[in-house]
Amino acid sequence: MSTPTITASVTIAGETVPRVQLAPVAVDLLRSLWEEHGPLMFHQSGGCCDGSSPMLFMAGEFITSDQDVRLGQFDIAPANEPGQPLDFWMSAEQFTYWSHTFLTVDVVPGRGSGFSAEAPRGVRFLIRSELMTTMTPLAGSAETDTAEEDAVASATKAVPA
Amino acid sequence: MTVYSVPGTPGSKITFKSRYENWIGGEWVAPVKGQYFEDITPVTGKAFAEVARGTAEDIELALDAAHKAAPAWGKTSPAERAAVLNKIADLIDANVEMLAVAETWDNGKAIRETVNADIPLAADHFRYFASAIRAQDGDHAQLDGDTVSYQFHEPLGVVGQIIPWNFPILMAVWKLAPALAAGNAVVLKPAEQTPVSILVLMELIGDILPPGVVNIVNGFGLEAGKPLASSNRIRKIAFTGETTTGRLILQYASANIIPSTVELGGKSPNIFFSDVAEAKDSFYDKAQEGFVLFAFNQGEVCTAPSRALLQKPIYDSFLGDAVTRARKIIQGNPLDTDTQMGAQASNDQLEKILSYIDIGTKEGAKLALGGERADLGGDLTDGYYVQPTIFEGHNKMRLFQEEIFGPVLAVTSFTDYDDAISIANDTIYGLGAGVWSRNGNVAYRAGRDIQAGRVWVNNYHAYPAGAAFGGYKSSGIGRENNKLALGHYQQTKNLLVSYSENKLGFF
Repeated sequence: MSTPTITASVTIAGETVPRVQLAPVAVDLLRSLWEEHGPLMFHQSGGCCDGSSPMLFMAGEFITSDQDVRLGQFDIAPANEPGQPLDFWMSAEQFTYWSHTFLTVDVVPGRGSGFSAEAPRGVRFLIRSELMTTMTPLAGSAETDTAEEDAVASATKAVPA
Repeated sequence: MTVYSVPGTPGSKITFKSRYENWIGGEWVAPVKGQYFEDITPVTGKAFAEVARGTAEDIELALDAAHKAAPAWGKTSPAERAAVLNKIADLIDANVEMLAVAETWDNGKAIRETVNADIPLAADHFRYFASAIRAQDGDHAQLDGDTVSYQFHEPLGVVGQIIPWNFPILMAVWKLAPALAAGNAVVLKPAEQTPVSILVLMELIGDILPPGVVNIVNGFGLEAGKPLASSNRIRKIAFTGETTTGRLILQYASANIIPSTVELGGKSPNIFFSDVAEAKDSFYDKAQEGFVLFAFNQGEVCTAPSRALLQKPIYDSFLGDAVTRARKIIQGNPLDTDTQMGAQASNDQLEKILSYIDIGTKEGAKLALGGERADLGGDLTDGYYVQPTIFEGHNKMRLFQEEIFGPVLAVTSFTDYDDAISIANDTIYGLGAGVWSRNGNVAYRAGRDIQAGRVWVNNYHAYPAGAAFGGYKSSGIGRENNKLALGHYQQTKNLLVSYSENKLGFF
């Protein structure tokens, strides 16, 4: 039976819609890495170089705090087997700019730096994003919406075809 | 036009070894576990050398060598250390093309950049810190007639450094030069995407340094980086990279109660006030180039001007001219001196950039240029090339808030000065920024009001030795490129001396 997509449980208080899922290829890789390392966790990075990559650590290796948001918890165990809970975290300040997007953890060939556990396998976790229909895109930007419309409108004229 | 020969072919400036070991204690040392990984050139997407896959055991060997070397190196005079750094600089200058080709092959960047910027700047940074250490004085204060407080700078001892892949040699030198000038021994881990060029540099300069003063261990972050960053045998850890690893490194440093400097990137605003377009003169031309500098180094720069803010009255015309200019960027063989934009450093980097182009489109940003992977054909067809890409949109979009680390620019407009500063500072980062105006007062005020460690005024992407570089906010802690960096590699010894013959009188 082929590996399914796994969707994380909802872990943010007051929310009802999942925020993050694992592509089947990510599930396979995580199960294999769990066998090698034991319990695991994700923390979504930002910034320079390999920023924007979800970093995979041994569970508890990265110390989270009130400055982090837990977007969801996966159970990567196959059906009818003991649970393998895996939390997905992001810094709270980064979440303020990501909160309107649904994230899918995918895998691509590559050689990321950072201390993420998959790198020695010659692959890299990669985030793919969709707009969340239940969230207001660009929440909090109402006062500058006009500027955006103007920008888009004027660009149509400005940019040579 | 010159096209440098591919490494290892007739006429090439360099032939890589088929295998690179770790550089420990002044010699090449095979990894304890005997494992290697392939170094891939982004130019063609093909492997070109094997590199030691170091582990905790190799880090321990490097730390042994560093601890053996540190006491004597730390006792050398500043003049002696400065002489060593100057010799290194001279050797780099004498081998610019060889090092530049090695760097371009390892990283993928255009040869005109490595020849004219990366490598000459590396030499100059060694010279700057050679001068800075000789010019550094301690402090003293006469606290009263009989009591003098003396403050001495002492080396920390053995320090760890973890280097990014965007300027592999130059970023290593940014960290090595102050550490060595201050009298420390170093264990350095290059990025796994670009492990070889720094070893080519060590082949060149290794004999100048006493054995064990600089030790290089390659490998993956989890296997080699973590044992270095978390070791209780280092007195400081320096890192350039992303925020999650930065926090992890600060966490390890807290466990050992050692200092850490971290440079974690940015999302730098580049602000163009209306007056830049008052005349279509050389200054306008300069400002246009300043806009297009988002594509410098394929956008793989922590301070890339990846958000352009244009004042409304000039939005249409300035952007139109700039898009026309950006469309003329020459992409091609990175070894060709006419090439202006080379390859992204790795496949995962390429994929990440494309994923941002995807989310930008989904968020409703308007594509003004590029937006796709570039297939340059021939031997380059599997290389990691992306078209220079320009989006128009809104500062709340993820395109405007995340460091894509690729040639992707996000453009928006602003109404007045306050709006410009508000948008510029609406980011979790604060590393770089640009301000363009013919009005010196406006440019000065904006430069001071933007919350970033480096604000370029009427220029961008210059990195001269002497100009302090480092971040505000989540862009990190510490300053490089300036004598301030010496302080990050020095302990302060206070001698509090009494010249009085008289007792205190308490007991």
